[in-house]
Amino acid sequence: MIISVASGKGGTGKTTIAVNLALSLEYTHFIQFLDCDVEEPNAHFFLKPRIIESHPVNLPIPEILESKCTYCGKCAEVCAYNAIAVLKNTVLVFPELCHGCGGCSLLCPEMAIKEKGQRIGIMEFGAVNNIQFIQGKLDIGQALSLPLIREIKKHKNLTRIVIIDVPPGTSCPVIEAVKGSNFSLLVTEPTPFGLNDLKLAVETLRKLKIPFGVVINRAGVGDSMVDDYCQKENIPILMTIPMDKNIAVAYSEGKSIIQTQPSYRKKFLELFEKVKELKK
Amino acid sequence: MKQLVVISGKGGTGKTIISASFAALAQNKVIVDCDVDAADLYLLLHPEIQESHQFIGGKKAKLDLEKCTRCGECTKVCRFSAIEENPIGEFIIDPISCEGCGICSYICPVEAIAMEENISGEWFVSQTKYGPFVHARLAIAEENSGKLVTEVREKAKEIAEKNRLDFVIIDGPPGIGCPVIASLSGTDLALVVTEPTLSGIHDMERAIQMAHHFKTKTACCINKFDINLKNSEQIENWCNKNSIPLVGKVPFEDNVTKSMVQGIPLTEFSNNSAAKEIKKIWQKLIKLLATEDH
Repeated sequence: MIISVASGKGGTGKTTIAVNLALSLEYTHFIQFLDCDVEEPNAHFFLKPRIIESHPVNLPIPEILESKCTYCGKCAEVCAYNAIAVLKNTVLVFPELCHGCGGCSLLCPEMAIKEKGQRIGIMEFGAVNNIQFIQGKLDIGQALSLPLIREIKKHKNLTRIVIIDVPPGTSCPVIEAVKGSNFSLLVTEPTPFGLNDLKLAVETLRKLKIPFGVVINRAGVGDSMVDDYCQKENIPILMTIPMDKNIAVAYSEGKSIIQTQPSYRKKFLELFEKVKELKK
Repeated sequence: MKQLVVISGKGGTGKTIISASFAALAQNKVIVDCDVDAADLYLLLHPEIQESHQFIGGKKAKLDLEKCTRCGECTKVCRFSAIEENPIGEFIIDPISCEGCGICSYICPVEAIAMEENISGEWFVSQTKYGPFVHARLAIAEENSGKLVTEVREKAKEIAEKNRLDFVIIDGPPGIGCPVIASLSGTDLALVVTEPTLSGIHDMERAIQMAHHFKTKTACCINKFDINLKNSEQIENWCNKNSIPLVGKVPFEDNVTKSMVQGIPLTEFSNNSAAKEIKKIWQKLIKLLATEDH
Protein backbone atom coordinates (compact mmCIF):
# COMPACT_ATOMS: atom_id res chain seq x y z
CA MET A 1 0.00 0.00 0.00
CA ILE A 2 1.22 3.48 -0.86
CA ILE A 3 0.16 6.43 1.31
CA SER A 4 1.30 9.85 0.15
CA VAL A 5 1.28 12.90 2.41
CA ALA A 6 0.69 16.14 0.51
CA SER A 7 -0.59 19.65 1.20
CA GLY A 8 -0.62 22.39 -1.41
CA LYS A 9 0.63 24.97 1.06
CA GLY A 10 4.12 24.54 2.43
CA GLY A 11 4.84 24.32 6.12
CA THR A 12 1.50 22.82 7.19
CA GLY A 13 3.09 19.69 8.65
CA LYS A 14 3.43 17.15 5.84
CA THR A 15 6.72 15.85 7.11
CA THR A 16 5.41 15.76 10.69
CA ILE A 17 2.44 13.59 9.70
CA ALA A 18 4.45 11.32 7.40
CA VAL A 19 7.19 10.78 9.99
CA ASN A 20 4.86 10.15 12.92
CA LEU A 21 2.75 7.76 10.90
CA ALA A 22 5.89 5.80 10.01
CA LEU A 23 7.17 5.80 13.59
CA SER A 24 3.77 4.70 14.93
CA LEU A 25 3.40 1.83 12.48
CA GLU A 26 6.91 0.44 12.53
CA TYR A 27 6.30 -1.66 15.65
CA THR A 28 3.83 -3.81 13.74
CA HIS A 29 4.65 -3.23 10.06
CA PHE A 30 7.60 -2.97 7.74
CA ILE A 31 7.70 0.56 6.39
CA GLN A 32 9.37 2.16 3.43
CA PHE A 33 9.69 5.94 3.70
CA LEU A 34 10.28 7.88 0.47
CA ASP A 35 11.17 11.56 0.90
CA CYS A 36 10.17 12.97 -2.49
CA ASP A 37 10.51 16.62 -1.39
CA VAL A 38 13.85 16.60 -3.17
CA GLU A 39 14.29 20.38 -3.19
CA GLU A 40 14.13 20.49 0.60
CA PRO A 41 14.21 16.98 2.09
CA ASN A 42 13.70 17.18 5.86
CA ALA A 43 12.26 13.86 7.06
CA HIS A 44 15.76 12.58 7.90
CA PHE A 45 15.98 15.09 10.76
CA PHE A 46 13.15 13.25 12.52
CA LEU A 47 13.71 9.64 11.45
CA LYS A 48 17.50 9.81 11.84
CA PRO A 49 18.20 6.88 9.53
CA ARG A 50 21.65 5.43 9.10
CA ILE A 51 22.55 6.15 5.47
CA ILE A 52 23.98 2.95 4.01
CA GLU A 53 24.40 3.82 0.39
CA SER A 54 24.15 6.83 -1.88
CA HIS A 55 24.55 7.38 -5.56
CA PRO A 56 24.23 10.27 -7.99
CA VAL A 57 21.18 10.62 -10.22
CA ASN A 58 21.89 11.67 -13.77
CA LEU A 59 19.79 13.13 -16.53
CA PRO A 60 20.77 12.09 -20.07
CA ILE A 61 21.72 15.23 -21.94
CA PRO A 62 23.00 15.45 -25.52
CA GLU A 63 26.65 15.47 -26.44
CA ILE A 64 27.42 16.54 -29.99
CA LEU A 65 30.01 14.57 -31.93
CA GLU A 66 31.44 17.49 -33.89
CA SER A 67 33.22 15.22 -36.36
CA LYS A 68 29.92 13.78 -37.60
CA CYS A 69 27.75 16.91 -37.27
CA THR A 70 26.74 18.68 -40.47
CA TYR A 71 25.00 21.54 -38.62
CA CYS A 72 21.76 20.70 -40.38
CA GLY A 73 19.73 22.03 -37.45
CA LYS A 74 17.40 19.05 -37.05
CA CYS A 75 18.18 18.69 -33.33
CA ALA A 76 17.31 22.31 -32.58
CA GLU A 77 14.13 21.95 -34.62
CA VAL A 78 12.88 18.89 -32.71
CA CYS A 79 13.83 20.08 -29.23
CA ALA A 80 10.63 21.29 -27.55
CA TYR A 81 12.56 22.89 -24.71
CA ASN A 82 14.95 25.14 -26.67
CA ALA A 83 17.85 23.28 -25.13
CA ILE A 84 19.86 23.14 -28.37
CA ALA A 85 20.83 25.95 -30.72
CA VAL A 86 22.66 25.30 -33.99
CA LEU A 87 24.83 28.10 -35.33
CA LYS A 88 26.84 28.15 -38.54
CA ASN A 89 29.48 25.76 -37.38
CA THR A 90 28.81 25.10 -33.78
CA VAL A 91 26.07 23.53 -31.70
CA LEU A 92 25.20 24.95 -28.28
CA VAL A 93 23.59 22.73 -25.65
CA PHE A 94 21.81 24.26 -22.63
CA PRO A 95 21.67 21.38 -20.12
CA GLU A 96 19.51 23.36 -17.65
CA LEU A 97 16.67 23.39 -20.18
CA CYS A 98 16.99 19.75 -21.26
CA HIS A 99 14.28 17.31 -20.11
CA GLY A 100 16.25 14.27 -21.24
CA CYS A 101 13.60 13.17 -23.75
CA GLY A 102 16.25 11.75 -26.09
CA GLY A 103 14.59 13.17 -29.21
CA CYS A 104 17.67 14.91 -30.58
CA SER A 105 19.87 11.84 -30.52
CA LEU A 106 17.09 9.64 -31.90
CA LEU A 107 16.26 11.96 -34.79
CA CYS A 108 19.73 13.22 -35.78
CA PRO A 109 20.20 12.03 -39.39
CA GLU A 110 23.99 11.74 -38.96
CA MET A 111 23.87 9.92 -35.62
CA ALA A 112 26.06 12.73 -34.36
CA ILE A 113 24.46 13.00 -30.92
CA LYS A 114 25.07 10.65 -28.08
CA GLU A 115 23.79 11.08 -24.58
CA LYS A 116 25.84 11.56 -21.48
CA GLY A 117 24.65 11.63 -17.91
CA GLN A 118 24.59 14.97 -16.18
CA ARG A 119 24.30 14.84 -12.43
CA ILE A 120 21.21 16.59 -11.02
CA GLY A 121 21.25 15.29 -7.47
CA ILE A 122 21.79 12.29 -5.25
CA MET A 123 19.69 9.52 -3.85
CA GLU A 124 20.43 8.17 -0.39
CA PHE A 125 19.36 4.82 1.01
CA GLY A 126 19.18 4.17 4.72
CA ALA A 127 17.40 2.35 7.48
CA VAL A 128 16.23 2.80 11.03
CA ASN A 129 14.58 -0.09 12.91
CA ASN A 130 11.77 -1.35 10.69
CA ILE A 131 11.85 1.63 8.36
CA GLN A 132 13.62 1.52 5.05
CA PHE A 133 14.46 5.09 4.07
CA ILE A 134 15.11 6.66 0.68
CA GLN A 135 15.55 10.35 -0.03
CA GLY A 136 16.51 12.41 -3.02
CA LYS A 137 18.40 15.66 -2.80
CA LEU A 138 18.46 18.04 -5.74
CA ASP A 139 21.85 19.66 -6.36
CA ILE A 140 22.00 23.42 -5.76
CA GLY A 141 21.36 25.28 -9.01
CA GLN A 142 19.51 22.42 -10.71
CA ALA A 143 16.01 23.29 -11.90
CA LEU A 144 14.39 19.94 -12.66
CA SER A 145 13.24 17.86 -9.73
CA LEU A 146 10.99 15.48 -11.70
CA PRO A 147 13.63 13.00 -12.89
CA LEU A 148 14.90 12.66 -9.34
CA ILE A 149 11.42 11.99 -7.95
CA ARG A 150 10.83 9.46 -10.73
CA GLU A 151 14.06 7.72 -9.80
CA ILE A 152 13.12 7.45 -6.11
CA LYS A 153 9.74 6.03 -6.98
CA LYS A 154 11.31 3.31 -9.10
CA HIS A 155 12.60 1.89 -5.81
CA LYS A 156 9.20 1.58 -4.17
CA ASN A 157 8.84 -1.69 -2.35
CA LEU A 158 5.24 -2.85 -2.24
CA THR A 159 5.94 -5.61 0.25
CA ARG A 160 6.11 -2.77 2.77
CA ILE A 161 3.78 0.08 3.65
CA VAL A 162 5.15 2.89 1.53
CA ILE A 163 4.85 6.40 2.98
CA ILE A 164 5.68 9.26 0.63
CA ASP A 165 6.56 12.78 1.79
CA VAL A 166 5.40 14.97 -1.12
CA PRO A 167 6.76 18.44 -2.02
CA PRO A 168 4.44 21.45 -1.54
CA GLY A 169 2.37 22.89 -4.39
CA THR A 170 0.12 21.38 -7.04
CA SER A 171 2.26 21.21 -10.19
CA CYS A 172 4.40 18.56 -11.83
CA PRO A 173 6.66 17.48 -8.92
CA VAL A 174 3.57 16.94 -6.76
CA ILE A 175 1.84 14.88 -9.45
CA GLU A 176 4.92 12.73 -9.93
CA ALA A 177 5.20 12.13 -6.18
CA VAL A 178 1.54 11.24 -5.54
CA LYS A 179 0.95 9.25 -8.75
CA GLY A 180 0.14 5.62 -8.02
CA SER A 181 -0.81 6.18 -4.36
CA ASN A 182 -3.63 4.15 -2.86
CA PHE A 183 -4.45 7.06 -0.59
CA SER A 184 -3.35 10.63 0.04
CA LEU A 185 -3.40 12.49 3.30
CA LEU A 186 -3.80 16.24 2.78
CA VAL A 187 -2.34 18.19 5.65
CA THR A 188 -3.69 21.69 6.18
CA GLU A 189 -4.04 24.37 8.80
CA PRO A 190 -7.30 26.19 9.61
CA THR A 191 -6.36 29.54 8.04
CA PRO A 192 -7.35 31.30 4.81
CA PHE A 193 -4.01 30.33 3.20
CA GLY A 194 -4.42 26.74 4.38
CA LEU A 195 -7.93 26.57 2.94
CA ASN A 196 -7.03 28.19 -0.37
CA ASP A 197 -4.19 25.73 -0.98
CA LEU A 198 -6.20 22.77 0.33
CA LYS A 199 -8.80 23.44 -2.35
CA LEU A 200 -6.08 23.30 -5.02
CA ALA A 201 -4.73 20.06 -3.59
CA VAL A 202 -8.23 18.55 -3.54
CA GLU A 203 -8.75 19.44 -7.20
CA THR A 204 -5.40 17.87 -8.03
CA LEU A 205 -6.21 14.56 -6.31
CA ARG A 206 -9.68 14.44 -7.81
CA LYS A 207 -8.13 14.85 -11.23
CA LEU A 208 -5.75 12.00 -10.51
CA LYS A 209 -8.59 9.89 -9.04
CA ILE A 210 -6.71 9.19 -5.82
CA PRO A 211 -8.86 8.87 -2.69
CA PHE A 212 -7.91 11.29 0.07
CA GLY A 213 -8.72 12.63 3.49
CA VAL A 214 -7.70 15.70 5.43
CA VAL A 215 -5.52 16.13 8.50
CA ILE A 216 -5.97 19.49 10.24
CA ASN A 217 -2.82 20.62 11.98
CA ARG A 218 -2.57 23.50 14.48
CA ALA A 219 -6.31 23.36 15.06
CA GLY A 220 -7.62 26.41 16.88
CA VAL A 221 -5.32 29.02 15.35
CA GLY A 222 -7.50 30.56 12.67
CA ASP A 223 -11.13 30.11 11.71
CA SER A 224 -13.54 27.24 11.00
CA MET A 225 -13.58 27.62 7.21
CA VAL A 226 -11.59 24.43 6.56
CA ASP A 227 -14.08 22.38 8.59
CA ASP A 228 -16.98 24.00 6.77
CA TYR A 229 -15.40 23.36 3.40
CA CYS A 230 -14.68 19.68 4.15
CA GLN A 231 -18.21 19.17 5.35
CA LYS A 232 -19.69 20.80 2.28
CA GLU A 233 -17.47 18.80 -0.07
CA ASN A 234 -17.92 15.56 1.83
CA ILE A 235 -14.22 15.22 2.51
CA PRO A 236 -13.39 13.15 5.60
CA ILE A 237 -11.34 14.88 8.29
CA LEU A 238 -9.29 11.96 9.53
CA MET A 239 -7.27 13.59 12.27
CA THR A 240 -7.01 16.90 14.09
CA ILE A 241 -3.90 18.02 15.92
CA PRO A 242 -4.41 21.06 18.13
CA MET A 243 -2.04 24.02 18.15
CA ASP A 244 0.45 23.03 20.81
CA LYS A 245 3.57 25.03 21.52
CA ASN A 246 5.28 21.87 22.85
CA ILE A 247 4.87 20.19 19.46
CA ALA A 248 6.26 23.30 17.72
CA VAL A 249 9.28 23.42 20.02
CA ALA A 250 9.92 19.68 19.65
CA TYR A 251 9.67 20.07 15.86
CA SER A 252 12.25 22.85 15.94
CA GLU A 253 14.67 20.44 17.63
CA GLY A 254 14.04 17.62 15.17
CA LYS A 255 11.89 15.57 17.54
CA SER A 256 8.77 13.72 16.45
CA ILE A 257 5.42 14.13 18.21
CA ILE A 258 5.30 10.55 19.44
CA GLN A 259 8.78 10.89 20.87
CA THR A 260 7.69 13.75 23.13
CA GLN A 261 4.02 12.75 23.55
CA PRO A 262 3.80 8.94 23.20
CA SER A 263 0.01 9.02 23.63
CA TYR A 264 -0.20 10.29 20.03
CA ARG A 265 0.87 6.89 18.74
CA LYS A 266 -2.64 5.59 19.30
CA LYS A 267 -4.08 8.48 17.28
CA PHE A 268 -1.77 7.75 14.37
CA LEU A 269 -2.75 4.06 14.48
CA GLU A 270 -6.40 5.13 14.33
CA LEU A 271 -5.54 7.34 11.37
CA PHE A 272 -4.00 4.33 9.64
CA GLU A 273 -7.12 2.24 10.25
CA LYS A 274 -9.23 4.94 8.59
CA VAL A 275 -6.82 5.09 5.66
CA LYS A 276 -7.11 1.32 5.21
CA GLU A 277 -10.89 1.60 5.00
CA LEU A 278 -10.86 4.43 2.48
CA LYS A 279 -7.96 3.42 0.21
CA LYS A 280 -8.41 2.12 -3.29
CA MET B 1 14.08 50.29 -10.35
CA LYS B 2 15.04 47.57 -7.87
CA GLN B 3 13.68 44.06 -7.71
CA LEU B 4 13.33 42.27 -4.37
CA VAL B 5 12.29 38.62 -4.14
CA VAL B 6 11.15 36.93 -0.94
CA ILE B 7 12.04 33.22 -0.78
CA SER B 8 12.57 30.66 1.97
CA GLY B 9 13.47 27.16 0.85
CA LYS B 10 11.06 25.62 3.34
CA GLY B 11 7.38 26.39 2.86
CA GLY B 12 5.23 28.08 5.46
CA THR B 13 7.91 30.24 7.05
CA GLY B 14 5.98 33.46 6.43
CA LYS B 15 7.01 34.69 2.95
CA THR B 16 3.54 35.86 1.97
CA ILE B 17 2.76 37.58 5.27
CA ILE B 18 6.02 39.52 4.97
CA SER B 19 5.59 40.27 1.24
CA ALA B 20 2.08 41.64 1.87
CA SER B 21 3.43 43.94 4.55
CA PHE B 22 6.14 45.18 2.18
CA ALA B 23 3.40 45.78 -0.39
CA ALA B 24 1.69 48.05 2.12
CA LEU B 25 4.90 49.74 3.31
CA ALA B 26 6.72 50.42 0.05
CA GLN B 27 6.08 53.49 -2.05
CA ASN B 28 6.02 53.40 -5.87
CA LYS B 29 6.03 49.68 -6.44
CA VAL B 30 4.49 46.84 -8.35
CA ILE B 31 3.72 43.65 -6.46
CA VAL B 32 4.14 40.19 -7.98
CA ASP B 33 3.00 36.79 -6.73
CA CYS B 34 5.36 34.22 -8.24
CA ASP B 35 4.07 31.32 -6.16
CA VAL B 36 1.85 30.36 -9.08
CA ASP B 37 1.28 26.84 -7.74
CA ALA B 38 -0.35 27.94 -4.52
CA ALA B 39 -0.89 31.67 -4.81
CA ASP B 40 -2.09 33.20 -1.55
CA LEU B 41 -1.03 36.85 -1.70
CA TYR B 42 -4.31 37.89 -3.34
CA LEU B 43 -6.11 36.92 -0.13
CA LEU B 44 -4.42 39.86 1.59
CA LEU B 45 -4.36 42.37 -1.27
CA HIS B 46 -7.91 41.93 -2.65
CA PRO B 47 -7.07 42.67 -6.28
CA GLU B 48 -9.49 44.08 -8.79
CA ILE B 49 -8.59 42.25 -11.97
CA GLN B 50 -8.05 44.54 -14.95
CA GLU B 51 -6.50 42.22 -17.50
CA SER B 52 -6.39 38.47 -17.73
CA HIS B 53 -4.31 36.41 -20.12
CA GLN B 54 -4.17 32.75 -21.00
CA PHE B 55 -0.91 30.98 -20.36
CA ILE B 56 0.26 28.42 -22.89
CA GLY B 57 2.74 26.29 -20.99
CA GLY B 58 3.73 23.98 -23.80
CA LYS B 59 2.26 21.30 -26.00
CA LYS B 60 0.73 17.92 -25.32
CA ALA B 61 0.59 14.93 -27.61
CA LYS B 62 -2.83 13.97 -28.92
CA LEU B 63 -3.42 10.60 -30.58
CA ASP B 64 -5.97 10.07 -33.34
CA LEU B 65 -7.29 6.56 -32.71
CA GLU B 66 -8.77 6.37 -36.22
CA LYS B 67 -5.33 6.72 -37.80
CA CYS B 68 -3.45 4.67 -35.22
CA THR B 69 -2.31 1.25 -36.45
CA ARG B 70 -1.30 0.16 -32.95
CA CYS B 71 2.30 -0.46 -33.97
CA GLY B 72 3.53 0.72 -30.54
CA GLU B 73 6.55 2.68 -31.83
CA CYS B 74 5.50 5.71 -29.77
CA THR B 75 5.58 3.82 -26.48
CA LYS B 76 9.17 2.78 -27.19
CA VAL B 77 10.44 6.34 -27.55
CA CYS B 78 8.41 8.04 -24.81
CA ARG B 79 10.65 8.45 -21.77
CA PHE B 80 7.88 9.84 -19.61
CA SER B 81 5.75 6.67 -19.65
CA ALA B 82 2.89 8.76 -20.99
CA ILE B 83 1.60 6.30 -23.58
CA GLU B 84 0.00 3.06 -22.52
CA GLU B 85 -1.99 0.34 -24.15
CA ASN B 86 -5.44 -0.10 -22.62
CA PRO B 87 -7.06 -3.52 -22.13
CA ILE B 88 -8.70 -3.41 -25.55
CA GLY B 89 -5.44 -2.73 -27.32
CA GLU B 90 -5.83 0.99 -27.91
CA PHE B 91 -2.95 3.34 -27.18
CA ILE B 92 -3.86 6.12 -24.79
CA ILE B 93 -1.80 9.22 -23.98
CA ASP B 94 -1.91 10.40 -20.40
CA PRO B 95 -1.83 14.21 -20.65
CA ILE B 96 -0.62 14.52 -17.07
CA SER B 97 2.53 12.47 -17.72
CA CYS B 98 3.19 13.94 -21.19
CA GLU B 99 6.01 16.52 -21.07
CA GLY B 100 5.36 17.68 -24.61
CA CYS B 101 8.69 16.63 -26.14
CA GLY B 102 6.86 15.64 -29.33
CA ILE B 103 9.15 12.73 -30.21
CA CYS B 104 6.17 10.36 -30.54
CA SER B 105 4.65 12.61 -33.18
CA TYR B 106 7.95 12.65 -35.11
CA ILE B 107 8.38 8.91 -35.20
CA CYS B 108 4.75 7.85 -35.70
CA PRO B 109 4.77 6.20 -39.16
CA VAL B 110 1.16 7.12 -39.92
CA GLU B 111 1.13 10.64 -38.45
CA ALA B 112 -1.52 9.77 -35.91
CA ILE B 113 -0.09 11.99 -33.19
CA ALA B 114 -0.39 15.76 -33.22
CA MET B 115 1.11 18.20 -30.77
CA GLU B 116 -1.50 20.61 -29.46
CA GLU B 117 -1.03 23.80 -27.52
CA ASN B 118 -2.06 23.42 -23.94
CA ILE B 119 -3.63 26.21 -21.92
CA SER B 120 -2.13 25.60 -18.54
CA GLY B 121 -3.01 28.67 -16.56
CA GLU B 122 -3.96 32.30 -16.46
CA TRP B 123 -2.25 35.45 -15.36
CA PHE B 124 -3.67 38.76 -14.33
CA VAL B 125 -2.83 42.42 -14.02
CA SER B 126 -4.79 43.90 -11.15
CA GLN B 127 -5.16 47.05 -9.13
CA THR B 128 -5.04 46.97 -5.36
CA LYS B 129 -5.20 49.69 -2.75
CA TYR B 130 -1.43 49.30 -2.42
CA GLY B 131 -0.62 49.57 -6.14
CA PRO B 132 -0.52 47.41 -9.27
CA PHE B 133 -0.35 43.65 -8.73
CA VAL B 134 0.59 40.93 -11.22
CA HIS B 135 -0.43 37.40 -10.30
CA ALA B 136 -1.27 34.07 -11.85
CA ARG B 137 -2.97 30.78 -11.43
CA LEU B 138 -1.42 27.63 -12.81
CA ALA B 139 -4.11 25.15 -13.80
CA ILE B 140 -4.39 22.02 -11.71
CA ALA B 141 -1.78 19.34 -12.32
CA GLU B 142 0.09 21.41 -14.89
CA GLU B 143 3.76 21.87 -15.53
CA ASN B 144 6.01 24.71 -16.58
CA SER B 145 5.38 26.96 -13.64
CA GLY B 146 8.86 28.42 -14.28
CA LYS B 147 7.71 29.72 -17.65
CA LEU B 148 4.58 31.23 -16.10
CA VAL B 149 6.70 32.92 -13.44
CA THR B 150 8.86 34.42 -16.18
CA GLU B 151 5.82 35.80 -18.02
CA VAL B 152 4.42 37.35 -14.86
CA ARG B 153 7.75 38.94 -14.00
CA GLU B 154 8.19 40.38 -17.48
CA LYS B 155 4.82 42.08 -17.20
CA ALA B 156 5.66 43.47 -13.77
CA LYS B 157 8.94 44.83 -15.03
CA GLU B 158 7.19 46.47 -17.96
CA ILE B 159 4.71 48.14 -15.58
CA ALA B 160 7.55 49.31 -13.34
CA GLU B 161 9.52 50.79 -16.25
CA LYS B 162 6.52 52.45 -17.85
CA ASN B 163 5.44 54.08 -14.61
CA ARG B 164 8.97 54.72 -13.35
CA LEU B 165 8.34 52.76 -10.20
CA ASP B 166 11.09 52.26 -7.63
CA PHE B 167 10.43 48.67 -6.58
CA VAL B 168 9.27 45.32 -7.88
CA ILE B 169 8.32 43.21 -4.85
CA ILE B 170 8.14 39.50 -5.60
CA ASP B 171 6.57 36.86 -3.36
CA GLY B 172 8.43 33.69 -4.35
CA PRO B 173 7.57 29.99 -4.17
CA PRO B 174 9.06 27.46 -1.72
CA GLY B 175 11.89 25.14 -2.72
CA ILE B 176 15.03 25.74 -4.77
CA GLY B 177 14.01 24.35 -8.17
CA CYS B 178 12.69 25.69 -11.46
CA PRO B 179 9.99 28.18 -10.33
CA VAL B 180 12.26 29.57 -7.61
CA ILE B 181 15.13 30.05 -10.03
CA ALA B 182 12.73 31.81 -12.43
CA SER B 183 11.52 34.07 -9.57
CA LEU B 184 15.02 34.97 -8.52
CA SER B 185 17.01 35.42 -11.71
CA GLY B 186 17.92 39.04 -12.38
CA THR B 187 16.64 40.39 -9.06
CA ASP B 188 18.73 42.80 -7.00
CA LEU B 189 18.23 41.11 -3.65
CA ALA B 190 16.68 37.94 -2.27
CA LEU B 191 15.26 38.09 1.24
CA VAL B 192 15.34 34.59 2.70
CA VAL B 193 12.70 34.12 5.41
CA THR B 194 13.57 31.29 7.76
CA GLU B 195 12.35 29.90 11.06
CA PRO B 196 14.46 28.55 13.94
CA THR B 197 13.80 24.86 13.28
CA LEU B 198 16.29 22.29 12.01
CA SER B 199 14.33 22.07 8.75
CA GLY B 200 14.11 25.84 8.47
CA ILE B 201 17.88 26.24 8.93
CA HIS B 202 18.76 23.46 6.49
CA ASP B 203 16.40 24.83 3.83
CA MET B 204 17.57 28.44 4.35
CA GLU B 205 21.18 27.37 3.76
CA ARG B 206 20.18 25.63 0.53
CA ALA B 207 18.11 28.62 -0.61
CA ILE B 208 20.97 31.04 0.07
CA GLN B 209 23.47 28.79 -1.72
CA MET B 210 21.08 28.59 -4.67
CA ALA B 211 20.75 32.40 -4.78
CA HIS B 212 24.53 32.78 -4.69
CA HIS B 213 24.89 30.16 -7.41
CA PHE B 214 22.87 32.51 -9.61
CA LYS B 215 24.89 35.51 -8.37
CA THR B 216 22.01 37.10 -6.48
CA LYS B 217 22.73 38.87 -3.20
CA THR B 218 20.86 37.76 -0.13
CA ALA B 219 19.64 39.01 3.22
CA CYS B 220 18.03 36.86 5.87
CA CYS B 221 15.29 37.30 8.45
CA ILE B 222 14.09 34.90 11.14
CA ASN B 223 10.37 34.52 11.62
CA LYS B 224 8.98 33.21 14.95
CA PHE B 225 12.53 33.59 16.29
CA ASP B 226 11.40 33.07 19.90
CA ILE B 227 10.17 29.51 19.25
CA ASN B 228 13.74 28.30 19.68
CA LEU B 229 16.30 30.89 20.79
CA LYS B 230 19.22 28.50 20.53
CA ASN B 231 18.46 27.77 16.89
CA SER B 232 17.95 31.49 16.22
CA GLU B 233 21.40 32.14 17.62
CA GLN B 234 22.78 29.45 15.36
CA ILE B 235 21.19 31.15 12.33
CA GLU B 236 22.63 34.49 13.44
CA ASN B 237 26.12 32.99 13.73
CA TRP B 238 25.82 31.30 10.37
CA CYS B 239 24.75 34.59 8.74
CA ASN B 240 27.65 36.45 10.39
CA LYS B 241 30.14 33.83 9.29
CA ASN B 242 28.87 33.95 5.72
CA SER B 243 28.49 37.76 5.62
CA ILE B 244 24.74 37.58 5.03
CA PRO B 245 22.99 40.61 6.55
CA LEU B 246 20.46 39.46 9.14
CA VAL B 247 17.83 42.18 8.76
CA GLY B 248 15.41 41.19 11.48
CA LYS B 249 13.93 38.75 13.96
CA VAL B 250 10.13 38.62 14.00
CA PRO B 251 8.52 37.24 17.17
CA PHE B 252 5.76 34.63 17.23
CA GLU B 253 2.43 36.43 17.68
CA ASP B 254 -1.25 35.50 17.46
CA ASN B 255 -1.80 38.72 15.53
CA VAL B 256 -0.17 37.20 12.48
CA THR B 257 -2.87 34.56 11.98
CA LYS B 258 -5.56 37.05 13.02
CA SER B 259 -4.46 39.48 10.31
CA MET B 260 -4.56 36.63 7.78
CA VAL B 261 -8.08 35.68 8.82
CA GLN B 262 -9.10 39.33 8.43
CA GLY B 263 -7.36 39.46 5.05
CA ILE B 264 -5.19 42.46 5.92
CA PRO B 265 -1.39 42.84 5.67
CA LEU B 266 0.07 42.50 9.18
CA THR B 267 1.57 46.00 9.30
CA GLU B 268 -1.86 47.46 8.49
CA PHE B 269 -3.59 45.29 11.06
CA SER B 270 -1.47 45.73 14.15
CA ASN B 271 1.31 47.81 15.57
CA ASN B 272 2.64 45.16 17.94
CA SER B 273 6.20 43.89 17.97
CA ALA B 274 5.92 41.60 14.93
CA ALA B 275 4.55 44.40 12.75
CA LYS B 276 7.13 46.86 14.09
CA GLU B 277 9.94 44.45 13.32
CA ILE B 278 8.71 44.00 9.73
CA LYS B 279 8.66 47.79 9.31
CA LYS B 280 12.28 47.92 10.48
CA ILE B 281 13.18 45.11 8.08
CA TRP B 282 11.69 47.05 5.19
CA GLN B 283 13.75 50.14 6.10
CA LYS B 284 16.92 48.04 6.17
CA LEU B 285 16.08 46.46 2.83
CA ILE B 286 15.59 49.89 1.23
CA LYS B 287 19.13 50.75 2.34
CA LEU B 288 20.54 47.45 1.12
CA LEU B 289 18.80 47.84 -2.23
CA ALA B 290 20.12 51.39 -2.57
CA THR B 291 23.70 50.38 -1.86
CA GLU B 292 23.76 47.20 -3.95
CA ASP B 293 25.57 47.77 -7.20
CA HIS B 294 24.96 45.23 -9.87
